[in-house]
Amino acid sequence: MNEQALKELLYKMADDQLILGHRNSEWTGFGPLLEEDIAFSSMAQDKVGQSQALYTILHELGEGEPDTVAFMRNADQFHNCQLVELPNGEYDFSLIRHFLFDTAEAIRFEMLSNSSYAPLAQLAKKIKGELRYHTMHANIWIKQLGAATEESIGKLQQSLETALPYALGIFEPSPYEQELISEGIFEGEVALQDVWLKKVEEVIGQTKLTMPDVASLTPAFGGRVGKHSSHLQPLLDEMSEVFKIDPGADW
Amino acid sequence: MYGGGNTFEGIKSTGLETEDPVKLAEFEARIERGEKIEPHDWMPQLYRKQLIRMIEQHAHSEIIGALPEGTWITRAPGFKRKLALMAKVQDEVGHAQLLYGAAETLGKPREQMLDDLISGKSKYSNIFNYPAFTWADSCFISWLVDAGAIVNQLANARGSYGPYCRALERICAEESFHLKYGHHCVIHLATGSQVQRDMMQAAFNRWWPPMMHFFGPSDKASVHSEILMRWKVKMSSNDDQRNQFLDMYVPKIWELGFTLPDPNLRKNTETDKWEYTEPDWEEFKRVINGDGPCNAERLAVRRTAEERGRWVRKALLAPKTEYVAPLA
Repeated sequence: MNEQALKELLYKMADDQLILGHRNSEWTGFGPLLEEDIAFSSMAQDKVGQSQALYTILHELGEGEPDTVAFMRNADQFHNCQLVELPNGEYDFSLIRHFLFDTAEAIRFEMLSNSSYAPLAQLAKKIKGELRYHTMHANIWIKQLGAATEESIGKLQQSLETALPYALGIFEPSPYEQELISEGIFEGEVALQDVWLKKVEEVIGQTKLTMPDVASLTPAFGGRVGKHSSHLQPLLDEMSEVFKIDPGADW
Repeated sequence: MYGGGNTFEGIKSTGLETEDPVKLAEFEARIERGEKIEPHDWMPQLYRKQLIRMIEQHAHSEIIGALPEGTWITRAPGFKRKLALMAKVQDEVGHAQLLYGAAETLGKPREQMLDDLISGKSKYSNIFNYPAFTWADSCFISWLVDAGAIVNQLANARGSYGPYCRALERICAEESFHLKYGHHCVIHLATGSQVQRDMMQAAFNRWWPPMMHFFGPSDKASVHSEILMRWKVKMSSNDDQRNQFLDMYVPKIWELGFTLPDPNLRKNTETDKWEYTEPDWEEFKRVINGDGPCNAERLAVRRTAEERGRWVRKALLAPKTEYVAPLA
């Protein structure tokens, strides 16, 4: 088993879930209606819990304690895609991001439930069950707001165009793509993006939104190798504010 | 999280002379027998009005109460605390949802209640007009404000209005987890480093006066409303609730080695009641009437959330032409 390849995959997935979970939790108390407040909070809990489970696998592979790994690294040591670190913006942006990201994650964990690395396959079976509700939630809202009023369609269209290049960054080429495929750990980012695009187009096709031509976009790469927007470090500073008062303390 | 301290104003006129005396007698007899009143049952206007006021204030207290603790979700130290606090604050928002539903059964729509919150017309628990400066402040809220709320809510759960009682039963079950979570956090700070202990002690010093206000003005000064007690809308007096809270939690706070900023706080073994310095009720009134450290901020956050979300709510009401197939 190529451990380097496995760790690279686990880190980027764990970091994605942690950072988007954190962003989702920022909706607590601010949702456009109470039900959405509660929904984003549920998804936040799932995602932060999923990241913890992935960091735990990494810990079993010799990496640091989950708390230390999550709360003590700087932005350039994080491997999340830039999509998840962007500020929540308005509800339309958060919704579009949630739709684009969770559609990819649902497929990713579906694929990983057949991984040759047993601990990951086992965890993926649990996570894909949770993600089913995330994609159901996203699809319901995209279909509703994407075909409701001129205002809601306009807002969603604009956010879709803003978010898509970042969403393509989810699939940033991995130096270990071939190893992961040949060892049966993961089917790879290329295959994932392919299935993802079909699914996204299918849902968008049921709305009044227009799907931009993905081939003409420049993907926002860099996140997987620690290159981030200016939004990640402040997020991490806030997240670790209390923890860093005394990292050795029991809180 | 709701202390009920500022629910009732003086009733200038009960309006009972305009109610049907036979129906009124029947209504009172049902309450006397311990029956629950349900939404479609006959009820006097005063009962409906006071219940809407109380349940609405309770619901507002849940969503406004989510704000001071909510700030600490993104700062919670470590996975265990982060996950627990998210779930805890989510519960509070869920309580608001349940309670607005209960109040709606009495005829006032949720949107209208939220409008009245934002305009300042209806109130919420005063304690949330104080700032949570540190992690320890959020621990104080989770343990002791929730504990205080349970004292009030358990009493109200024995009240006469069915939908409110049922909502409260579920709410109290969840709040009891909040209290355990909060207590756990405080114990960890109490038994931690000097920095952690100092942080917690400072939180006790800061939050004790608003906590004493939480159950409302002393019985000597507060509006007595015999009729609301008889109708089982108000279930116990402010001082009784405060005394019950002190009895349950002051020994636990002292046991952890913390002090409380009131030299006169002690239990009188003869009367079996707690004695304390009378809280500053002038400050209480001032803060309720809008002049507290965070009133403007809390309402501004709520107002912004309502305004930013308006297009979403509007879009949900739009008739859908394109998408009509079942979603799942």
